[in-house]
Amino acid sequence: MAITLNINGEDHELDVDPQMPLLWAIREKAGLTGTKFGCGIARCGACTVIVDGAAVRSCNTPVAAAAGKSIRTIEGVSENNDHPVQVAWQDLTVPQCGYCQSGQIMSAVALLEKSAEPTDREIDQAMAGNICRCGTYPRIRAAIHKAAELNKT
Amino acid sequence: MKDHNFTRRNFLQVAMSAAGGLAIGVHLPGTAFAEAHAGAGAEINAWLTIDPDNIVSIVTPQTEMGQGAFTAVPMMVAEELDIPWENVRRVFADANRHVNNDNLYVTTSTGGSRTVAGRHPYMMQAGASARERLRKAAADRWGVAIEDVVAKQGMLSAGDQSGTYGDFAADAAQVTLEEEPAIKEYGDWWLLGTDVKRLDVGLKTNGTATYPIDVTLDGMVYAAVASCPVPEGKLLSYDFEAIKDMPGVIAAVEMKQTKDVPAFTDMRSGVAVVAESWYQAKNALAAMPVEWDLGRGASISFESQTAEAMSLISKPGTLVLDEDGNIGKGLDTGVNQDAVPGMIEAAANDKLVVGEVYSRPFEAHATMMPPCAVADVKDDRVDIWSFTQDIGRSLSEVADELGRDTENVYLHQTFLGGGFGGGYNMYVHRQAAAISAEIGRPVKLIWSREEDVAQDSQRPPVWGTYKAVLGDDGLPTALVTHFVGEEKMPAFSQRGVANMHYQVPNRRHEYSAVQSHIPIGYHRAPGSNSTGFIVEQMADELAHAGGWDPLEWRLKMTEGNEPWQRVLTAMKEKSGWTTDLGSGRGMGCAVVDSHGTYAGCVATVEVSRRGEIYIDKLQYFINSGYVINPLNAREQAESSAIWELTHAFFGGLDIREGRVVNTNFDSYTMMTMPDTPPEIEIHLENSNDQWWGGLGEPTGPPTPPAVANAIFHATGTRVRTTPFAKASL
Repeated sequence: MAITLNINGEDHELDVDPQMPLLWAIREKAGLTGTKFGCGIARCGACTVIVDGAAVRSCNTPVAAAAGKSIRTIEGVSENNDHPVQVAWQDLTVPQCGYCQSGQIMSAVALLEKSAEPTDREIDQAMAGNICRCGTYPRIRAAIHKAAELNKT
Repeated sequence: MKDHNFTRRNFLQVAMSAAGGLAIGVHLPGTAFAEAHAGAGAEINAWLTIDPDNIVSIVTPQTEMGQGAFTAVPMMVAEELDIPWENVRRVFADANRHVNNDNLYVTTSTGGSRTVAGRHPYMMQAGASARERLRKAAADRWGVAIEDVVAKQGMLSAGDQSGTYGDFAADAAQVTLEEEPAIKEYGDWWLLGTDVKRLDVGLKTNGTATYPIDVTLDGMVYAAVASCPVPEGKLLSYDFEAIKDMPGVIAAVEMKQTKDVPAFTDMRSGVAVVAESWYQAKNALAAMPVEWDLGRGASISFESQTAEAMSLISKPGTLVLDEDGNIGKGLDTGVNQDAVPGMIEAAANDKLVVGEVYSRPFEAHATMMPPCAVADVKDDRVDIWSFTQDIGRSLSEVADELGRDTENVYLHQTFLGGGFGGGYNMYVHRQAAAISAEIGRPVKLIWSREEDVAQDSQRPPVWGTYKAVLGDDGLPTALVTHFVGEEKMPAFSQRGVANMHYQVPNRRHEYSAVQSHIPIGYHRAPGSNSTGFIVEQMADELAHAGGWDPLEWRLKMTEGNEPWQRVLTAMKEKSGWTTDLGSGRGMGCAVVDSHGTYAGCVATVEVSRRGEIYIDKLQYFINSGYVINPLNAREQAESSAIWELTHAFFGGLDIREGRVVNTNFDSYTMMTMPDTPPEIEIHLENSNDQWWGGLGEPTGPPTPPAVANAIFHATGTRVRTTPFAKASL
């Protein structure tokens, strides 16, 4: 069945089962592999994308639920890897293995769009669903504060 | 294509030179790698190619899994080559070239925190050798003596003549040196020892870093796999007919186990389902009726293993093992082990300290990227991308699995989504190759998270206890320990015990083993991560019993041990150390050496009336001898600390009826942002004149015991096992 997904401002007409998780439509059908598979049950955050402004776990979101909505993936954050969140991530050398970082960045972008200068408590709440086995949490927290600063200038 | 013009001997010779260092012969025209880069530049040796515009591509044979090899290796080569860092481009090593040329890069193995500590001599040598060839090429062209040619920051000069390395690279590739140069020593470095940002950071902020799971080939299909849920069990049958009409389903392929008891890199008995999409493959696999012969493990649970361990630990164990798990060897030579039980027996009650049993459970690696591999098996060639911490070994294993010559197998290096030892213990590349060979199409195999946690080669559990006799000064005069580990890897229950840094005058270390069908493997700071928890709480208990401050006790008990004195003195002077923070708050310390690095942790905790544990601050004091990149050292120190903190607070695999039952992040929970301590301080206390220690792991082991000791000082309660989340305080 043909479903149209708007990913990063571009329409993708995909012939997929409406129950297919959005993650696999993005990775296998649209060919955007920056969004990662981690657990399949929405408990690690590696698959986080932004749907109509909200951070969403794409691994258990049926593709039908995302049809007609605006989907943003890591590839759509900026053209030149220079979104304030990306710049802050680079300045503070946040990623180690890097596998979870697309999801971390999408959660952080969604947070900063809702709250321009998030408190530590807001960061805790917004980022609690994103696991990083390299343990880059202290740097992620610092980088979110830094991105908020960069946004002001 | 293999080039027959070079001889292996002059391709890369690694031999002890007269001076005692490693010498690398490097003249290698016409290699596969050089052909691939034809026109792009001159390969001076297997490690580096210089372009005419003075850009240098430096090869990294080790896997990049977040630890920074992809930056550290180029740094070591660039230090000696003397090229501006911005001129450096990093490339992955060609595993095929490595394997088929007598291990061209010496080793592609990545683990044990050894990429810098153990391998800097030949990596720096490769850069030094190239620099000398460039100087010789310039000297010949200019008609001057090599001594008169200066090589610095990518430029060659002599008198008023000068040129770039790129100008002389083609000539340098033809130079044979009479003598290989020695590598630089600490004090002569210009790049090593400075903060250098890892080269892969930018690729990991926009989704462009490629992991095996991201590789996409034309005509590729997807596979999900299940090995027997009880490890060592065997597949009896599966009913493909029942699922063949499910959407997208293409085939089912049996995974054939070739050995009775597989090692952790052997194929395990199981079955894979292939489909047009991975989620279809996974759903069909879950729906397919499968029968297993569950094997000997079906009656084993973690509870039954714990009961067995507790029974063993109450009796005398086998005599001492050394840290490699060898019975009766080595480390306690000269100590009268046999007299120790008598001394314990004869001790007055007020001088005897009897420890309770401490333990750590099984833990999985649960790398963020689950095991996965892409394979394209053709008649004349095999291409593979895989989760591996040793590209050379995995290439050879694929050749073995398929009965192919390694010359026709190409394993392509990608980034890994974590490793932590998990990529050492892996056979997913064998599975992907077997599936692709069977169906005649390229395939991407991904383990579900449940398959990953269930089939991982786990960190084994350990149980330990001790008895000690105290002298009049409150310090121990006799000590006997008894550790119980898993039979397959005795070192994982002895490392840091038999060679503990507290030199009690009379000591004896006993060992027993439980049997298990659970696969065991390397896991970030293996052995030290478990035994350190026990030894360092024992140290605290002995200090407490003898009326000593725990930090002063450690200073006293390591007198004369310079690396430890340096770390412990820094802990005392810089941490604000006190055991008196008032009710509900406490500081605790622990020190564990691993991978040649001495790491101490001071934890400050708060325990609420309801028993909730909050970590206010973690402070680390690390002596690794030398450090080549303090920035990355700090990053790795933070990472290892949080790794162990996660297991200490949340981990623990539960095994029932032979199988791991908490196999996803809903039940095998992980630390996330809200649980992260607000302050983690890293103090590098390097002595810079003695040795090279590894830095990918050592801050992990002292973390849980430092926190447990802090909890004791806050509450008076000892937390003797993990996860702490289950402790009642």
